[in-house]
Amino acid sequence: MQITINGNVRELDVDPEMPLLWALRDVAGVLGPKFGCGIAACGACTVFIDGQPVRSCVMPVGQVSGAVTTIEGLGEPDALHPVQQAWIDEQVPQCGYCQAGQIMSAVALLAEIPNPTDEDIDKAMSGNLCRCGTYPRIRAAVKRAARSMGEA
Amino acid sequence: MSRLGTITRRTLLVGAAVVAGGAAFGYYSYRRPYENPLEADEGEAVFNPFVKIGADNSITVIAPRAEMGQGVSTTLAALVAEELDVELGAVRVEHGPTSWAYYNAGAMEESVPFAFYNDSAVAQFVRDSIGVVGRIAGVQSTGGSATIRDGYVRMRKAGAAARIMLTAAAAKRLGVPADEIGSANGILTHEVSRRSLTYGEVALDAASEEAPDDPPLRDRSQWRLLGKSQKRVDMMDKVTGAPIFGIDMRQPDMLFGTVRMSPRLGAKPVRSDVTKAEAVPGVVKVVPLDTSYGGGFGVIAENSWAAFRAADAIDVEWGDASYPSDSETIDRMLRDRLDEGGGSAFRDDGDIEGSFADAPADQVVAAEYSYPFLAHACMEPMNATARRKDGKLELWAPCQMPTITRWLCSGVAGIDQTDVTLTVTSMGGGFGRRLESDFAIYATLLAMEADGRPVNVTWTREADTRHGPFRPAARGRFRARLGDDGLPVAVDMDIAAPSVTRSFVHRGLPWVPMVMPDKITVDGAWDQPYTIPSYRVSALDADLGIPVASWRSVGASGNGFFHECFLDEIAAAGGVDPIELRRRLMADYPTAVGVVDKVAEMSGWGEQLPMGKAKGVAFTLAFGGWVAEVVQVADTPDGIRIEKVWAAADIGLALDPGIVEAQIVSGVIYGLSAAMGQEITFADGMVVQSNFHDFDAMRMHQCPEFEVAILENSPKMGGVGEIGTPPAAPALANAIFALTGKRLRDLPLSREVKFA
Repeated sequence: MQITINGNVRELDVDPEMPLLWALRDVAGVLGPKFGCGIAACGACTVFIDGQPVRSCVMPVGQVSGAVTTIEGLGEPDALHPVQQAWIDEQVPQCGYCQAGQIMSAVALLAEIPNPTDEDIDKAMSGNLCRCGTYPRIRAAVKRAARSMGEA
Repeated sequence: MSRLGTITRRTLLVGAAVVAGGAAFGYYSYRRPYENPLEADEGEAVFNPFVKIGADNSITVIAPRAEMGQGVSTTLAALVAEELDVELGAVRVEHGPTSWAYYNAGAMEESVPFAFYNDSAVAQFVRDSIGVVGRIAGVQSTGGSATIRDGYVRMRKAGAAARIMLTAAAAKRLGVPADEIGSANGILTHEVSRRSLTYGEVALDAASEEAPDDPPLRDRSQWRLLGKSQKRVDMMDKVTGAPIFGIDMRQPDMLFGTVRMSPRLGAKPVRSDVTKAEAVPGVVKVVPLDTSYGGGFGVIAENSWAAFRAADAIDVEWGDASYPSDSETIDRMLRDRLDEGGGSAFRDDGDIEGSFADAPADQVVAAEYSYPFLAHACMEPMNATARRKDGKLELWAPCQMPTITRWLCSGVAGIDQTDVTLTVTSMGGGFGRRLESDFAIYATLLAMEADGRPVNVTWTREADTRHGPFRPAARGRFRARLGDDGLPVAVDMDIAAPSVTRSFVHRGLPWVPMVMPDKITVDGAWDQPYTIPSYRVSALDADLGIPVASWRSVGASGNGFFHECFLDEIAAAGGVDPIELRRRLMADYPTAVGVVDKVAEMSGWGEQLPMGKAKGVAFTLAFGGWVAEVVQVADTPDGIRIEKVWAAADIGLALDPGIVEAQIVSGVIYGLSAAMGQEITFADGMVVQSNFHDFDAMRMHQCPEFEVAILENSPKMGGVGEIGTPPAAPALANAIFALTGKRLRDLPLSREVKFA
């Protein structure tokens, strides 16, 4: 089947029932989305389909009807997305495993609500688990990104 | 037996375990260094096991500790960069190879049966001796919050030695005395003649200069990097989704796999049919597994999803559990053990029995507490990648004890350790779980069946949650006698729990008998800086047969809850403010008083709060960190909300305050997560919980505000990674008591209250 990943059209020979996460990781070799739970309970696998955040671990690849964007498609080391830059400025990650998913959720939040309140952040980010407890810095980074994106 | 007698016996037993371990360990004479495991690439010079410099001016620092989020790769590199006179950004940081040369002596020095504040000659002698054992054993480990303490001198000396060798080579090249050459930013300059050379230009010559044995180190007043918050070296990878974790390992021609091990821990299948599993499209092979961690099956497949589906499709009946099959019976065994008595007193001050013999009933406080088994629940599920080809075994694993893991895998593969390489990856959380080797052993066994192809073996979250080894459950029975001033004159604590040390040693070295009492069972309770005339803390070993392990802050993770909640009960019974009670009992330990005063000041302790809000306090000394925390809770229509946490931590020396602050917050959230709602329970010999829906952790909307103060008054350097955790649960429970009048003595607190 054909699927667009980060702007590239890819031909993947997969069972349509396979969750998008495993099609990305084990077949397409796109490793940014992480496996955490397999039941949409932790958010580590968050990607965009046509800009909307989805938990790729429960989304059958055969049902993907739009373009897939992963953390790799968001920005690169020499051209970071403002949210990624805010994450560095606030020194958010510890182990880092959940952070691709956290960043994707934050980008989706800011696309919808450019100046989120604490409550907006709670609502948008509570599906993303972090076992290192980086939440206070994530909150600060979301606000910093909102400011920098507002200025841009 | 006298205390010294007991200690000497324990020290010898540790030594015996090392000898029994035989080939597990590096052979090392105390004075002779291990062979340098680094090999120079073309155009590159190796100065010591920690520093490589290329002719192209590239500088590589080996930070041989597990980076699981705690920031050690950054601070270890900063220690080297400080003495090497380069900026941190100029250095490439690598974990480096698995090697005995990267032993961790610091992790063992605080395993001795002396409290951290005990600086007697005997205590210091035993610490030094056990440190030597650490060096002899050559165990490369990340644990005990010991990385920075262990590396503080060693890493700086590695940087200083390299700088001195570079300077000597530059002096020869320029024909001037070495003491006329200065160094900064990777450039060596002879000011007088205004000539300079880069490190890269002299690196190859410098590596053959004699390495100084004991290079002098810079005074703290001259530090450029240390003591200041650095930009972490791993940030860019972690915000761009770089494939740095074990689960991301990819090799040409690689297969994928998973395991389905007996849900009755340690048991084996009694009947099985793998036909359906083998028929799952993409499955290559189903392999029976029989290991020291238990029996079950591995699946090799073309992708992880196929492996997961096939593992599910194995039709199997499991053998019986070798331990009591449900949580009620397990808890009753802990009660029975308390009833039986006869524990090992790790602390026994004054005259406990005499103190209670004539105590009027109204001056005695008695209570029983418990805490549950816990899973580590690292974000990255357990995994490892292995390839067995041409008589060699290659492993890639996120693991905290690589020399031990390599040895165990070499054993199951029947391949000599010299033919086994183990590359340690970044890890998505560790918390003690990755001190184990099960995930690497399973990958090794699957690689044996994969015809030379590498296999990336990933566990499902369900397997990760259910198989432990777990933080032990414990039950404590405590009594105190109050004096006329409301302060305790006697405190007696019995703690019954399975031994972490025995369980851990048994998994790796099943033939080593473990008969001595385990200090871990009472850590966080026996070693606290309080002076009470009669004060006894006893460990009652309860061998339940359930595999248990180190879990962030180990013994203190639960015993901090026991000790500090009971102290809160004593304060309430005696009508003494909990902060004031601690100040008075801690008067002999100014560092402890310092953090309690600080947290009281920061949190506005004693100020009137609005209705429906309350504060609780707790203190724990663990891993050399003196930490006091105040938690403020609020009663809301949705349940109890944790509004704010104030933490004051004294670690003697904070090499990177930004990382220290992050670790304190991290430790508190880890502890609050467990206190609020986590428990592992058993039914029919199997773990009931399976994934984040029933073993969850704190989420963004529950996360309180934080205020952290880092103090540096302690005369000795402390650890950081685990110290925020122990006071978190008791400070929360004490706050809930202040709010509701309800004394919660069993974790998790969600058994009694609802959290917003």
